Amino acid sequence: MATLAAPAGPIAERQPTDWATPAMRSRIAARYRAERNFRRLGAAALVIAASFLAFLLFTIVRDGWTGFQRTETRIEVQFDAATLGVDPAAVAGPQGQALLARADYQALLLKAAEQLGPADDTLSDAAWMDLREALMDDPTLLGKRASLWVPVRSSIDLLAKGKYDLAAPAESRGVTDREVSDWRWLDGKGLLRTGFNTTFLFGADSTEPELAGIGGAALGSLLTLAVTIAIAFPLGVFSAVWLEEFAPKGRLADIIELSINNLAAVPSIIFGLLGLAFFLNFAGMPRSAPLVGGITLALMIMPVIVIASRVAIKAVPPSIRDAALGIGASPIQVVFHHVLPLALPGIMTGTIIGIARALGETAPLLLIGMRAFVTDVPQGFTAPATVLPMQVFLWSDDVQRGFVEKTSAAIMVLMLVLIAMNSLAIYLRNRFERRW
Amino acid sequence: MNQNPAIGHNTVPKMTARDVNVFYGQKQAIKNVSIDVSAEHVTAFIGPSGCGKSTFLRCLNRMNDTVDGARVEGRIELDGQDVYASGMDVVQLRARVGMVFQKPNPFPKSIYENVAYGPRLHGLARSKTDMDEIVESALKRAGLWDEAKDRLNESGTAMSGGQQQRLCIARAIAVDPEVILMDEPCSALDPIATARIEELIDELRGRYAIVIVTHNMQQAARVSQKTAFFHLGTLVEYDDTSSIFTNPKATRTKDYITGRYG
Amino acid sequence: MRLLIAFALVLGLAGLAYLAGRARGNRMVTAAGGRMGAVHSRPVYHGAYVAVLALAPALIVLAGWGIVGEGLIEGQVLGSLSAAERPAPGNDSEALLNEVRGLVNGDLPQAFNPLAPRLAPVYAAARSNGDLLAGALAVALLAMGGLWGWSRLRPDFRARNRVETQVRALLLVASVVAILTTFGIVLSLIFESIRFFQLVSPVEFLTGLQWSPQTAIRADQVGSTGAFGAVPLFWGTIFIGAIIAMAVAIPLGLMSAIYLTQYADPRVRKWLKPILELLAGVPTVVYGFFAALTIAPLVRSFAVALGMTNASSDSALAAGLVMGVMIIPFVSSMADDALAAVPRAMRDGSLAMGATPSETVKKVLVPAALPGIMGGVLLAVSRAIGETMIVVMAAGLAANLTANPFSSVTTVTTQIVALLTGDQEFDSAKTLSAFALGLVLFVMTLILNIYALAVVKRYREAYE
Repeated sequence: MATLAAPAGPIAERQPTDWATPAMRSRIAARYRAERNFRRLGAAALVIAASFLAFLLFTIVRDGWTGFQRTETRIEVQFDAATLGVDPAAVAGPQGQALLARADYQALLLKAAEQLGPADDTLSDAAWMDLREALMDDPTLLGKRASLWVPVRSSIDLLAKGKYDLAAPAESRGVTDREVSDWRWLDGKGLLRTGFNTTFLFGADSTEPELAGIGGAALGSLLTLAVTIAIAFPLGVFSAVWLEEFAPKGRLADIIELSINNLAAVPSIIFGLLGLAFFLNFAGMPRSAPLVGGITLALMIMPVIVIASRVAIKAVPPSIRDAALGIGASPIQVVFHHVLPLALPGIMTGTIIGIARALGETAPLLLIGMRAFVTDVPQGFTAPATVLPMQVFLWSDDVQRGFVEKTSAAIMVLMLVLIAMNSLAIYLRNRFERRW
Repeated sequence: MNQNPAIGHNTVPKMTARDVNVFYGQKQAIKNVSIDVSAEHVTAFIGPSGCGKSTFLRCLNRMNDTVDGARVEGRIELDGQDVYASGMDVVQLRARVGMVFQKPNPFPKSIYENVAYGPRLHGLARSKTDMDEIVESALKRAGLWDEAKDRLNESGTAMSGGQQQRLCIARAIAVDPEVILMDEPCSALDPIATARIEELIDELRGRYAIVIVTHNMQQAARVSQKTAFFHLGTLVEYDDTSSIFTNPKATRTKDYITGRYG
Repeated sequence: MRLLIAFALVLGLAGLAYLAGRARGNRMVTAAGGRMGAVHSRPVYHGAYVAVLALAPALIVLAGWGIVGEGLIEGQVLGSLSAAERPAPGNDSEALLNEVRGLVNGDLPQAFNPLAPRLAPVYAAARSNGDLLAGALAVALLAMGGLWGWSRLRPDFRARNRVETQVRALLLVASVVAILTTFGIVLSLIFESIRFFQLVSPVEFLTGLQWSPQTAIRADQVGSTGAFGAVPLFWGTIFIGAIIAMAVAIPLGLMSAIYLTQYADPRVRKWLKPILELLAGVPTVVYGFFAALTIAPLVRSFAVALGMTNASSDSALAAGLVMGVMIIPFVSSMADDALAAVPRAMRDGSLAMGATPSETVKKVLVPAALPGIMGGVLLAVSRAIGETMIVVMAAGLAANLTANPFSSVTTVTTQIVALLTGDQEFDSAKTLSAFALGLVLFVMTLILNIYALAVVKRYREAYE
């Protein structure tokens, strides 16, 4: 027995290790130093990543929160029927509202602006709409004087928000001396106040920063996502069911699986090229339309939904299928009565993550023309529209200073929605995830 | 016989444990275990699975530190030094108390590099020839030299299970430890490979203090001189192997050895 | 809108078909004395069977008309013009047709092209004729399919099995969409690329060092001969996506993964992981905005401080840095998976030898996980080179062949966007070159992905 493991030849004897020598001690100390440094390096990597995120969020919020506010000035308006070009008698009649809607508020505003003295050129081009709104709400104002708060131009707005460095030399600070003196005059008279910018939340795009809003883009996103969900969800879930439950082993299933895995990794801009070449040029579908954008994004996120759904379906234990089959259910009934309901939380989580991706996506939509300048909310699935991230892109490209805060504010809205969606996905995963 | 029935032999102990308790979160895995491990003998820990023998073994070189939520109370000494003292250097402790695992776990490196890994970490070789010598002697001690000398650059993971386990033993020996802990080293091996490891343990006896955990009573009887029987986290009986197997004092030990449970 | 109404109508009729089929099924059950076993399938399956037979052909007709209808109408409208009046295909035709559409839909009060008012009635007539024809065909097929299905219902008719076969067919069709999409992508890229390569030789495209896609509109224009050597674009793509971004993402991502898996307390990990995932959830357009507005000026002032006078405000470094941060969570999660796949015994073995955790990571875990990590890095590269918005917003348009990170380079995706936004002439080399670039990008990412997935898969199997 001993011969089996007998050492071949003599074995060199070693001095037992002396751990107490100074050399050994300093060696161990050096190893511990390396250990601490490595650990610090790891923590530093995370700190860098997190602080980048914090820095990004900080600059966005710093630049963007004022986008939700607008500066207004108070003017006294004499609702003079002659200036408005309306007949006071007719206004009382049945066509009154229609008449008031068409009246000449620009002229009224011009007159009212005179009272601002040197700063008469500080009102926003859209201030007349506030006059119209006031008069249409209360037609008895006609012929009377009223004190109204109306928005000011973007440059005055930004001055009031302190966005300019006034210590800088005039040519590089981006605002004229006239605008600065106008603002000082208004401010000195106490004619300025800060109000909540409803135009920004509900309005559509505009060439003037103080009039631009994300409402149109938000509705465009909603329409686009409606198309995306309507297509991608059923397609994704159905393919996952087929692949997991019915696909016979073979060529076809392999090719489908390969296609899905590759589509999941194809750059998003390639889907834009597909949309442009196939949907627009070949099929002649309308440019800039939520319909086409929605289909393109649906094809893009379908693999995400398929992969998540397959994982969820796979997690349903076979014993449940066997139980249902055992009492005479058909395979289709097993899937639709048992497997899908049990897999639904996982499927929903994957779908929400896919939709969040579609909501933040810009590149493919650029190519199918969803960068249209749309000054009204989109009219339907085939009308020109833009989407939230595209609005961010368009505004970020604009040279006007006032769009910086609008861009950041739009990003804040977009990120809030995305974080809400992702939190919902995480909540669903934690709340309904079942371990079998 | 000592006051504590568990402790008791006449030689100077290499490692001593006193009132050791181990908790995993809320669950207590080891209750008040006190034991002495001698340098000259092979000590076997036996007991049914889940009795805590592996957990206790992993306390001796502080491998339980790597388990989240594990907590060790009591005192464990190596040559009179408290293993869990704040000044104790884990790196040095584990170099002095080597370990061989249940499943052979060679690194995905060459045979040579597997054995040289420890000496390199601890700076035990001054030169390449020094290292060659250490590797050769470790492989020889582990009875692997004849099989391995011509394939030192091949991957350690390409060897058979039994060879891998002897490679792991050689890897542990290469650091020149004082104690070698073996956690069911043969449970993943076939009978022939098991026999070789058992011979090897017998040859290493005396040079290193060896503690082996096994669920195989015959193996304990074959390789060890001292046997400790664990049950439900407590040390039931600790004595010479021959008396444990021929004349157990506790009924639980007797029941286990005669196969009533386990 | 017109299509939506047609769809609603067809769906409503199919609903009637369902009710009819179910009613017949109910009558059969009553006739059999109410014993469910006497009729093979439950009445709902009879209804569903009839509804599917009615709906499927009608939907196919409507969808087909929706896809090709507009093209057919346009052909008819343009065909009504004499050869002399007919505008050149491409932009001119498109503009004219847009005006015609605008007039018909009432979006456009007045047309600029004198032809448009003349064509408007033709267009309107062609459209209403086509709609009528498609609608009639759909309804006729619906009636035929429904009646045929209804006539087949018998007590022993296996309606449930039929419906289930139809459902399986539907599932299969849904799965085939993935293949069709892949084919659609490949075909549209190849088709347009072939047209491009008829104008520009592939050799020049793949090896040329000069990229200036502006082609001459007038013959006498200067400096717009058009050069389609895409090498500077490929270089720019690799420089930003595979070099600068990876120089940021690999160390930070790998070290984050190591810290999270080896060192971090579970409670800390619970907080840090979502923060990393949040980085991955930020829309790329936000990164682009941040890169252009915040990082690029910082990089530029840094370059100026280094003494570079010609530092560009749209430097490769700014875009690459931000892209690298975007990729960190990707690399980190791939490295996390790869490290988690290394058996715990390997780690324990090293620690039991007296190795410190960092020595274990460096000498055992990372070498063992290297194939998996490499696979993840390749996937990250493929993602970075396909990324569009960051480079569109923060990298330049100048096609420079330079390794200076402070100068401006352009990328494949930037050029695709630049070439395809704004006015398009669909047969100019300029527009078509975007598809050739798209093809190159598609092939590059495909190869990277297939190779990386194979590496990762082989690695996983090695430890299973």
